[in-house]
Amino acid sequence: MSHSTKPRAGASAKPRLTTSAMIASIAAEGQRTKPAPFGHALVELARTRPEVVGMTADLGKYTDLHIFGREFPDRYYQMGMAEQLLMGAAAGMAHEGALPFATTYAVFASRRAYDFIHQTIAEENLNVKIACALPGLTSGYGPSHQAAEDLALFRAMPNMTVIDPCDAHEIEQVVPAIAAHSGPVYMRLLRGQVPLVLDEYNYRFELGKAKLLRDGAEVLIVSSGIMTMRALEVAQAMEADKVGVAVLHVPTIKPLDTEAILREAGKTGRMVVVAENHTVIGGLGEAVAGLLMRSGVHPTFRQIGLPDEFLAAGALPTLHDRYGISTSAIRARIKSWL
Amino acid sequence: MVVTPGHNIDLAERAYRIRRNALLMGEVQGQGYIGQALDIADVLAVSYFHAMRFRPEDPKWEGRDRFLLSNGHYAIALYAALIEAGIIPEEELETYGSDDSRLPMSGMAAYTPCMEMSGGSLGLGLSIAVGMCLGLKRKESSCRVYTLFSDGELDEGSVWEAIMSASHWKLDNLIGVIDVNNQQADGPSTQVMAFEPLVDKLQAFGWYVQRVDGNDLQAVVAAFDAARDYPEPKPRMIVCDTRMGKGVPFLEDREKNHFIRVEPHEWQLALDALDAGRNI
Repeated sequence: MSHSTKPRAGASAKPRLTTSAMIASIAAEGQRTKPAPFGHALVELARTRPEVVGMTADLGKYTDLHIFGREFPDRYYQMGMAEQLLMGAAAGMAHEGALPFATTYAVFASRRAYDFIHQTIAEENLNVKIACALPGLTSGYGPSHQAAEDLALFRAMPNMTVIDPCDAHEIEQVVPAIAAHSGPVYMRLLRGQVPLVLDEYNYRFELGKAKLLRDGAEVLIVSSGIMTMRALEVAQAMEADKVGVAVLHVPTIKPLDTEAILREAGKTGRMVVVAENHTVIGGLGEAVAGLLMRSGVHPTFRQIGLPDEFLAAGALPTLHDRYGISTSAIRARIKSWL
Repeated sequence: MVVTPGHNIDLAERAYRIRRNALLMGEVQGQGYIGQALDIADVLAVSYFHAMRFRPEDPKWEGRDRFLLSNGHYAIALYAALIEAGIIPEEELETYGSDDSRLPMSGMAAYTPCMEMSGGSLGLGLSIAVGMCLGLKRKESSCRVYTLFSDGELDEGSVWEAIMSASHWKLDNLIGVIDVNNQQADGPSTQVMAFEPLVDKLQAFGWYVQRVDGNDLQAVVAAFDAARDYPEPKPRMIVCDTRMGKGVPFLEDREKNHFIRVEPHEWQLALDALDAGRNI
């Protein structure tokens, strides 16, 4: 790891942000938000689906599952700070006909409990939904809580469906959609005050479907999760640069909507930029690159994502700028590539 | 309650047939975890022919007691019991460990009727059992979850997560069975990781604990009965001290290893030795 990437006092003329808190809002100042969309959507779902249970590993309050727990205390299972147990027990619950939503942080599900998910849940294709907060770089707390590789790990797991939702509007729709799907699902979770963006795009989440949110002639941004929010901001900003930017939102990382991606990436003359809140290794970028290569579609291809290194602690805006996933950083990089 | 044909066959005969089935499977492949299969045959005989409710013709019968094989490498032993229980046809014994067989060398749920979890990676079973027991309680089911695991699995931290959790949730429908044969991959289990005093530890974690000679059928029966009838809302553990290779004296005496080597000509000798010890 290079120390040159670490913040130093006086290294910048800008005022130094000092918040490296574990939980930080990803909403920009003044942005419209909605509180706890996952928790409320799960309550809605559970009203008509008595088999739904909520399980967590000492992170109920930090994954918005406590809202479900308040409403359905008899269907809420606090498993303690024990992620391996959480996943094994969720498998056992599913064996007995329950529909468990198991929550923790993305780092703990993907890194600590991987074998348990692999062997007790995915190998038997059990109906367990794993919803995990702090995906990618959404915590300034340091690598212990920065799940830069969760998508790569869960993409590699057979039977696993992988979802990276963008905002509150989408999360509300993902919850019933994954409940309707039979089999294990890993869902990245945004919790607390979650940005509200896609309602203005007349957007509907469909499992396995990518959606073109806006069109543009020069650049196609293929993105998932909060990077779609950023991509839309970049596209709008680049109107001033007279650059047409299309945005293809790909919330289902696996199975990939190959048809939509090939259709949009195959339109001649557009640079394809994949933007993801994830390491550049093994996530959406490489998934799209592989698809294009295998299909003989060869546009100019660029990748925006987190570097292959242990990320620094710090304030999220600082870190998003440093690692190139803030709106201004993405815009600058795309302009440099044109 | 025993729900199986031929319930008048005594447990010693069941245990003998389980051992015999295991040896026949070992002979098919020329290898297998036969030392473990022989040591756990008595516990499996009591589980399937004394303690558990099940329907051979309906492996997924909702009213069955669940049996989790956390130590997936003991699959050869469980297959032997499932054959004896009429759940797997005896003819399939010859397919053990072969391509496209329902009887792979490591137990996997998708392959075999009544194999209720995929083992192989050790230390998973008790966590699944916690969830199953919670799920059964949700359904107000009276079924029990028997979970067999090995002393080596006590090294896994997740096992202790589950041990704490089962007590926290007062899972009186969970009956854990530990096979203490004192052998794991790298040597004697007690030397690899000091897990004793096991009974004291488990009691301190809030379990109802019994420790028996796992090759003494009457003692095992009494322990299973006591585990079932214990009145307090605690999970139950039966610690079974067993002898690797039990029932085949020359394998019992062989240098103790996690994976006992058996030469090609020895399988028949082992079957003969087992027969010689029948009904004594």
